[in-house]
Amino acid sequence: MADARPLKRIIATDCGSTTTKSILIEYIDGEYRQTVRGEAPTTVEKPLNDVTKGVINAVTELEELARLKYKDDSIKFIKDDTIWISEKENEGVDAYVSTSSAGGGLQMMVTGVVAKMTGESAERAALGAGAIVMDLIASNDKRANYEKIERIRQMRPDMILMAGGVDGGTTKHVAEMGELVAAADPRPRLGSSYKLPVIYAGNNKARDIIKDALGEKTDLIITDNLRPTLENENLGPARDKIHDLFMEHVMAQAPGYNKLMSWVKGPKDGKLVTIPIMPTPAAVGNIMQTIAKVYDIEVLGVDIGGATTDIFSVFTKNKVFNRTVSANLGLSYSISNVLATAGLEEILRWVPFDIDESGLRNMIKNKMIRPTTIPQQLEELVLEQAIAKEALKYAFIQHKEFAVGLKGAQRQREISEAFSQSTSGESVVNMMTLDLLVGSGGVLSHAPRRNQSAMMMVDAFLPECITRLAVDSIFMMPQLGVLAEISEKAATEVFEKDCLIYLGCCVAPVGKIKPDKIALTAKIELPNGEVFQEDIKFGEVRLLPCGVGETAKATLKPGRGLDIGEGKGQEINTELQGGVVGIVLDTRGRRPFTLPLEASKRVPLLKKWMKEFKAYPEEILK
Amino acid sequence: MAQAYSPGLTVTDNIVLKKERILPLKGTVLVKKGDKVKAEDLVAETLLPGKVVPFNLSNKLGVTPPMHMQYVKVKAGDKIKKGDLLAQTNGFLGLFKSTVKSPIVGEIENISKITGQMLLREPKIPVQVKAFIAGVVVEVIPEEGVIIENKSAYIQGIFGIGGETFGEIKMLVDSPGQPLDVKMIDDSCKDKIIVCGAMVSYAVIKKAQEVGVSGIITGGIDDRDLNKLLGYNIGVAITGHEEVGLTIVVTEGFGEIGMAKKTYGLLKQFDGHKASIHGITQIRAGVMRPEIIIPIKFKEEELTEPETRMSTLEIGTTIRVIRQPNFGVIGKVTGLPEQLTKVESETLVRILEAELENGEKVIIPRANVEVIEN
Repeated sequence: MADARPLKRIIATDCGSTTTKSILIEYIDGEYRQTVRGEAPTTVEKPLNDVTKGVINAVTELEELARLKYKDDSIKFIKDDTIWISEKENEGVDAYVSTSSAGGGLQMMVTGVVAKMTGESAERAALGAGAIVMDLIASNDKRANYEKIERIRQMRPDMILMAGGVDGGTTKHVAEMGELVAAADPRPRLGSSYKLPVIYAGNNKARDIIKDALGEKTDLIITDNLRPTLENENLGPARDKIHDLFMEHVMAQAPGYNKLMSWVKGPKDGKLVTIPIMPTPAAVGNIMQTIAKVYDIEVLGVDIGGATTDIFSVFTKNKVFNRTVSANLGLSYSISNVLATAGLEEILRWVPFDIDESGLRNMIKNKMIRPTTIPQQLEELVLEQAIAKEALKYAFIQHKEFAVGLKGAQRQREISEAFSQSTSGESVVNMMTLDLLVGSGGVLSHAPRRNQSAMMMVDAFLPECITRLAVDSIFMMPQLGVLAEISEKAATEVFEKDCLIYLGCCVAPVGKIKPDKIALTAKIELPNGEVFQEDIKFGEVRLLPCGVGETAKATLKPGRGLDIGEGKGQEINTELQGGVVGIVLDTRGRRPFTLPLEASKRVPLLKKWMKEFKAYPEEILK
Repeated sequence: MAQAYSPGLTVTDNIVLKKERILPLKGTVLVKKGDKVKAEDLVAETLLPGKVVPFNLSNKLGVTPPMHMQYVKVKAGDKIKKGDLLAQTNGFLGLFKSTVKSPIVGEIENISKITGQMLLREPKIPVQVKAFIAGVVVEVIPEEGVIIENKSAYIQGIFGIGGETFGEIKMLVDSPGQPLDVKMIDDSCKDKIIVCGAMVSYAVIKKAQEVGVSGIITGGIDDRDLNKLLGYNIGVAITGHEEVGLTIVVTEGFGEIGMAKKTYGLLKQFDGHKASIHGITQIRAGVMRPEIIIPIKFKEEELTEPETRMSTLEIGTTIRVIRQPNFGVIGKVTGLPEQLTKVESETLVRILEAELENGEKVIIPRANVEVIEN
């Protein structure tokens, strides 16, 4: 979208469950920069019961900080208890945009006919629109019909997305699903004064049948089939409807949102128009896609929170976007579930010292019941970061399983694919071609040492070949995502200059060889004039200095049987980009990456790697 | 003055308490404004729609939809008994008829022309809401429920399992740091809420279940014991629905942790009094913690709602450490430096300086303490 005129000042807020975060973006010397940030508690609960109060508080903080920064008391962003959007220069702001995840975000249930086909497409549409999918109910999901009805009754989603069947196909199963939903008579989560919104995006031949079954009982909206043929997915119309309903129903039920919806405005095509409030994860997805498109790169982003972990990815030439939410993998509220999912042994394999099982279990549970506490002791920090690695690993496994090509689609296969036994429905996530890995969320954005963030991301995601690593400094991706709706230029410039802190890059040959063999022959001309040259054996980590904005010329030759992007054993000449951590050379193996089970072998290895990463103070690694 | 990061759990001998007792669906309120109620009294009831029983009628008749419609003998909304005729084919010369009879008592919900599916609904299920706390009905929300008010001694727990229950408080230990021995539980504990000190083991809980104890209040619990008791690991802190025959309220946390002196003292003061407790815990937006409510005598005019105060941190404020090191230890704030300080883990945080009960002077991240109201 072309920008009609440069916007001078933009305010963006993100109303989270607990905190409302505001940022000011300004056009200075021909470029957009994020200049000031503020925050205030979100005010959707008693006694204030009005989200706009928190917004005003957060923007007031911006106003005060901007006055201090520019030593100009005339700066004013709020007028008549609302955000002042003015078309005149040097007055108020040009635009105000916002995202929201207050009140637990958008919770949806989806239905389909075949779980792995239309069911998955529906799930993708809902997740892409920023929802948490509470359950997927499909004709073939092996539950008896009465169980499905019970499940729909128990859940109180914000809305239901129904898919199923290709256009013109058989209507029987879709009709049956409509009857089940009608029999369950589901109620909306918030408020009892309105009917539950149901979006039907299935077989167009079954529309009348669905109208008969659900037209009376629910607020039924019919849109284009999200899987018109087995070979095609058309998620756009369903996603748009989800966003509309999120605004009209879910947000309108939350206290103060009607008012907030009248505040979000910005110029589009020369006119001042309403810019819809976006669900926070949808906005993050938006900025990821924008970045992938603008820079023509493949991106993987993660946001690890206290309760959930979201993963976003944009892969392949066609920039296929996927988002998954691991609803119960997080580091405070859901920390105990990481233990339940991964098991104690998996967590302990990242811990370079002895700890008794009972102590660790109780520590994890105590963090769960007192989620705001901070690890004061170094050992507790190491443990929390070990748990973070497992949470990230499992969230990523779920993402890879979900981010797949269309199942059931017929496609022409090339001869090479036939040999590699590739089938429809393979993961589109390819770590060998990934360009940028972005981490955000408390444990990654606020780790005491950035080296710890780099280590956690490398250990959890196991990037392959050459991958740039970055963290979101203050989690402003949501605000930038909604900003991209009115100015792609402003959003990408701020993303590049102020949002991301580049950690550096990771070089990791793929494959496994014996420990005493050479895995990587590297010659790297560092920016400080030194030349790093080493034949690095398998199972090692090296960290080389290369700062933000600096690059290093590298000649990299993987060991026999290993691949660094150009094929097994093929040497490459490239430029490696630096960051606050530097260049990580990781020869610990990929596919597989294995850690010895016995503590006597594993602990010395962990200590060696952590020392190389400069992750922790020396005393804990002695 | 600074606002505390973690508001302390409420522990008080005197609080005006308001409890909403609301039905899950609209129904009938059984009491009126001004009524005095006991904890076990019913205050509202409703009928939940019965379970839906679906089955494929056309398959059972051996015909394809919509042919089955001509054989159906009932219509949507009809009341049915078990064995009632639902559909019957004409058969051949009046013989070989396919007959479908109702497997349940209830009513016909829907008969689908398209899929041949029939949905039956079982009779409605009564749902009753008890008062849970003894007190006065101060407000009736028509068709939904009531608000009950009273004056109570009140303790918030940090974590619990099991739903609402009542019983007399029975102290079983002599000090807040004493773990409970299994021998201390006998038949006299039946229907009681027993108070343990620092720890309750799996063996103790099993014995309490056998004896018929209503509830256990303890300082700490070991996660492995809890796991063994429930048969699964609690992944996310949403509890209260466990069915283990009793309710457990943990006041301090996981591991062997002595009960806070104030909490222990208050329970001791009310030894033998009737209490209402629940283990419902939810740690997310809209936090819910377990509660111990011990109603005390009051005059209605005393029921004025207290002001909600934010816990504040000042020099001299009594605090409790809620994370290692010194987990569970009480201290007094001696300094509140403004600047960010690096702690052992190298994390840069706002800290406070404190003197602990044993005289040790320490620095602690502000996020790792809770304020104890004096």
